[in-house]
Amino acid sequence: MNNRNTSISQGIDWVVVWLYAVLVAIGILCIFMVEFKPGTDWMQTFISGKTNYSKQLIFSGVCAVAAIFILLADSKLFTAFANLLYAFGILLMFATFVIGKSINGSKSWIPLGGGFNLQPAELCKIFTALALAKFFSRQETDFSKLKSQIIGVSIALAPAVLSHFQHEDGLALAYLSFFLVLYREGLPPQILIIGTTFGILVVATLILEPNTLAIILTVIAIITIYFLRKPIKRKKNILLLIISLWVLAVGIQRFAVPYIFNNVFECYQSTRIYSMVGKDYDCSMNHHKSKGNEKAARKPDDYNVRQSKIAIGSGELFGKGFLKGTQTRGKYVPEQHTDFIFTSLAEAFGLFGCVIFLGIYLILLNRIIRIAERQRSTFSRVYGYSVASIIFFHITVNVCMTIGLFPIIGIPLPLVSYGGSSLLTFSILIFILIRLDADRQMVLR
Amino acid sequence: MSVFNQSRSRVIQIIFAAVFIVIVAQLINLQAFSPKYRLAAENNAIYRKVIYPDRGIIFDRKKRSLLENTIMFDLVVTPSESRGTDTLTLCNLLNIDTTDYKKRMREIIFKNTSVRPSVFEPLLTPELYAKLNENMYKFPGFILSERSARTYPYSTAGNVLGYIAEVDTGFLRRHADEHYEMGDYAGMTGLERVYEKVLMGQRGIKRLIRDNKSRLQGSFENGLYDTAQIAGKNLYLSLDVELQQMAEKLMTNKVGSVVAIDPKTGGILCMVSAPTYNPNYLTGNQRRKHFAELALDPRLPFNNRALGNKYSPGSTFKTISGIIGLTEGVITERTTVSCPGYFEGCGTGKPKCLDKGVFNFKEAVAFSDNTYFSTVYKRILDQSRYGGADSALKVFNKYAITFGLGHKLGVDLPSEKNGNLPISSYYRKIFGPKWYSCNIISNAIGQGEVQTTMIQLANVMAIIANKGWYYAPHVVDSIEGGDEYNMLDTFKIKHYTDKRIPDSIFDAVQDGMQGVVDFGTAAGRSRIPGIVMCGKTGTVENYDHGIKQQDHSFFGAFAPRGNPKIAIAVICENAGQGAWYAAPIASLLVEKYLRDSITSPERKVQFEELKNTNLIPRLMRLAMNKMDSLKQIKENQLLLQQRMDKESNDTLDGEDGTEQENAKPVTPKSSKDAVPKTKNTAAAILVNEERKNKKISRTI
Repeated sequence: MNNRNTSISQGIDWVVVWLYAVLVAIGILCIFMVEFKPGTDWMQTFISGKTNYSKQLIFSGVCAVAAIFILLADSKLFTAFANLLYAFGILLMFATFVIGKSINGSKSWIPLGGGFNLQPAELCKIFTALALAKFFSRQETDFSKLKSQIIGVSIALAPAVLSHFQHEDGLALAYLSFFLVLYREGLPPQILIIGTTFGILVVATLILEPNTLAIILTVIAIITIYFLRKPIKRKKNILLLIISLWVLAVGIQRFAVPYIFNNVFECYQSTRIYSMVGKDYDCSMNHHKSKGNEKAARKPDDYNVRQSKIAIGSGELFGKGFLKGTQTRGKYVPEQHTDFIFTSLAEAFGLFGCVIFLGIYLILLNRIIRIAERQRSTFSRVYGYSVASIIFFHITVNVCMTIGLFPIIGIPLPLVSYGGSSLLTFSILIFILIRLDADRQMVLR
Repeated sequence: MSVFNQSRSRVIQIIFAAVFIVIVAQLINLQAFSPKYRLAAENNAIYRKVIYPDRGIIFDRKKRSLLENTIMFDLVVTPSESRGTDTLTLCNLLNIDTTDYKKRMREIIFKNTSVRPSVFEPLLTPELYAKLNENMYKFPGFILSERSARTYPYSTAGNVLGYIAEVDTGFLRRHADEHYEMGDYAGMTGLERVYEKVLMGQRGIKRLIRDNKSRLQGSFENGLYDTAQIAGKNLYLSLDVELQQMAEKLMTNKVGSVVAIDPKTGGILCMVSAPTYNPNYLTGNQRRKHFAELALDPRLPFNNRALGNKYSPGSTFKTISGIIGLTEGVITERTTVSCPGYFEGCGTGKPKCLDKGVFNFKEAVAFSDNTYFSTVYKRILDQSRYGGADSALKVFNKYAITFGLGHKLGVDLPSEKNGNLPISSYYRKIFGPKWYSCNIISNAIGQGEVQTTMIQLANVMAIIANKGWYYAPHVVDSIEGGDEYNMLDTFKIKHYTDKRIPDSIFDAVQDGMQGVVDFGTAAGRSRIPGIVMCGKTGTVENYDHGIKQQDHSFFGAFAPRGNPKIAIAVICENAGQGAWYAAPIASLLVEKYLRDSITSPERKVQFEELKNTNLIPRLMRLAMNKMDSLKQIKENQLLLQQRMDKESNDTLDGEDGTEQENAKPVTPKSSKDAVPKTKNTAAAILVNEERKNKKISRTI
């Protein structure tokens, strides 16, 4: 600690800080577009603290304070407390089952008093990233071994499982992003490939008729056998592999997918996923149907997506201009200041604005990966990848949701969506990385 | 360690880039290649509000406004904001009970959601408006919103001015290319209908932004695409409101009509169809009720009898027969015919004449001698130079047509009738090819198949006054800012009668008509001291289902003879001889028009007497009485039914004494369980009767 007396700005990656600041500023502007009413004094409402954009401004101030604290802290702190924090996070998540408060149908909040609520699953992202980094940075971890792999996956997915039982599947899904980190650290690529193939198979099941899909699969299998007839002659095992793959695929298509939709997902989730591909889901097949909230499952469930697509589509190439979006001003898109914040930007600034906006995100992600790669310590690198993966996953799911490529799941757009806990989580994630990066020269962890 | 698995970092970056490319591709698809979303957004958010311009004002000949715009108020409510309203006070002011209030609110919310403003009570009366305005602070969510309405300051000339009403689907279908929308108001009859294009003006369009619940948020693009409304143009009529009002007064409690024309211009000075109605009845919030009442009235007040009813012209037609006879030379002014009490020419003893004796032309007109004009008519038809009755009738009709008979004159008011000039083919069907003059001799005195409208009769008077020309009668004299649609052009064409008719013949007819007033059929009460008026009475026999009714009283006149300023035609249905009612009414109106007022005391007395005379025909009075009692029975029926319903719905409800009181015993009250069936049958029978009565009254 001989460099204590130097400025805290030493070693800080200012590019990330600036990108962070720009995104938060864009976020506040977007919320302003959503909330703005003509004829009001915007200066006044910005200060008043009553409107959402004003609140978001206050949240960003809080985040700045938090960021300064993190930058002032010793980077060893994070390595030291990683496991402890993770345990604490998991404990909090269990606590929600006991003292949790139900908001919007998910019992995932802990009331803090004073109108503030804490969502442990949100905080757990940070803790999981730290814990995962800590696990990989242990000398004895050899990730090529199955045991380590299983431990790694468990660390990543334990909060996800708990989230699922809190009916917060959006948050649970976010933990899947850690697979990218695991892949970077040596998880066999087959898992990603199998996962992707499974995803494609599920989508194909939804879109195509069961019999058509079965025929297509069979044809693919036959063609593969035809092209591989020479190797097959030499090795019978390949034929066996192909046939078992074929059986597996048809099995998934025939039994696994309907099982998932009817038994794992709840009715509204299945409906949303079906409506994505333009189909109606028959809720009577869902085993969750006896829960008695059939009223909620009204038929036109694609209102959100439709209005969101109209808002984005009507922006056209260069948008309608700042504060001139009719969809935004008319409040046609539900939850526009939180999950659908992207639509207000897309409507006001069009394709042009969207590409620039997404470009900023891409630069940020690349920058984080570059930071991660330049770390000498495994802890920092794994943590860096965790940050990049979490942000990437949020952006992808959120944006795809608004443009109709993904079913609607409550996932915020990082740093832009309205919401204090989401903003704080991402701020802490990023600034811990910046802090670690500033100390990259110091020690091997 | 740091280079461990470095290649996978590249893979992850590629995954990032790939996903972003997919997102951008979808964005390009949505934003660059799907114009439908722009349209969808506009449909969502832009509300086209039609701004209605003020309708044109209608003025009379002295620039007094007969029909203008006023502001009326609607009580408008936004249900979602109406919490905390003093419901009881509001209900007391509106004179409704709280269940009614709740019912209306439910309907409003059902029809128009609870966040949008809807009309709670339309077209408030001024008193109610004043009362509500004082108490508005007690009713959050309620506002008084103004709207333009039509008003008739003189409460007169309803049949001429017409009214506006909300367009219905039928109207929209008929006027598909005129850009009307549901909820628009359009002229439905009278001048409001005919001059709709002029009066309406041009609607403006305002584009407003609305939100997801259709609440308006402000103007779109600061009104860049808005179009301004252009106010409707004013109409200046030839109508004289004082004359019109006096005519309406004179025609109170009579059935018939009055038409007065300025012979110099063809401008209509007054047009009354009695019984008339107060046009202001059809503007306020009671419109529907009043409309129903008027529509069901057996006297048919909506029917403009001056244009829409055809009458046998009676003796007033003798002027035409006479002129044609003189022109064709079958008689001269000195020709005399003697009447032994009936017409001998056909051997049937018909038509009869009232005064026996020998008449020359002037006397024949003055005393309305049937025999004289039957002789004239027979001579015309029997003229061998025409080669038969067919062509002779053709010659006669050719003259008559130039007098504006047998076809529409083209008055600028709706539902004008043709009248009727019978042609030979019609008679061939009835009497066979060998028909001859005696078959149709009653046409000579206006009693046969000849039929005219009152406006045609007034026009004939104008032609005789002008000695052979006329302008088509019309109400609108000029349009403010010019006649953009050339609607008045036809009224500037001067029509001539057959030019062979010399002035001397008109002089002879005028001599006779002056005689009518001076010493003939209408002598006495119809003389205006100091004014030379020419007139012709008519006493028209008429039948209902073959049963002879009291005669129609006709009178046609113009004055003053030297410089005719007014031509007038009056009919009082089933009032008796022309001289009894129609002639004095006409003379009073002529005096009023020429002198601006009735001054002499005896004429004033005469005016009061005529005004107070009730000449509603017997059949109509019967029908009206039937209607009234029918209404009462229906009301009772309704109340009883309500009570029955209440009882069957909720047996715990106590007896409601007030309702029982309201049900006046027109039909004998019977015990509760016996009530419904007997009442129903009684009502059914009565409805049938009502229908029959209607038929009767129409045919009268």
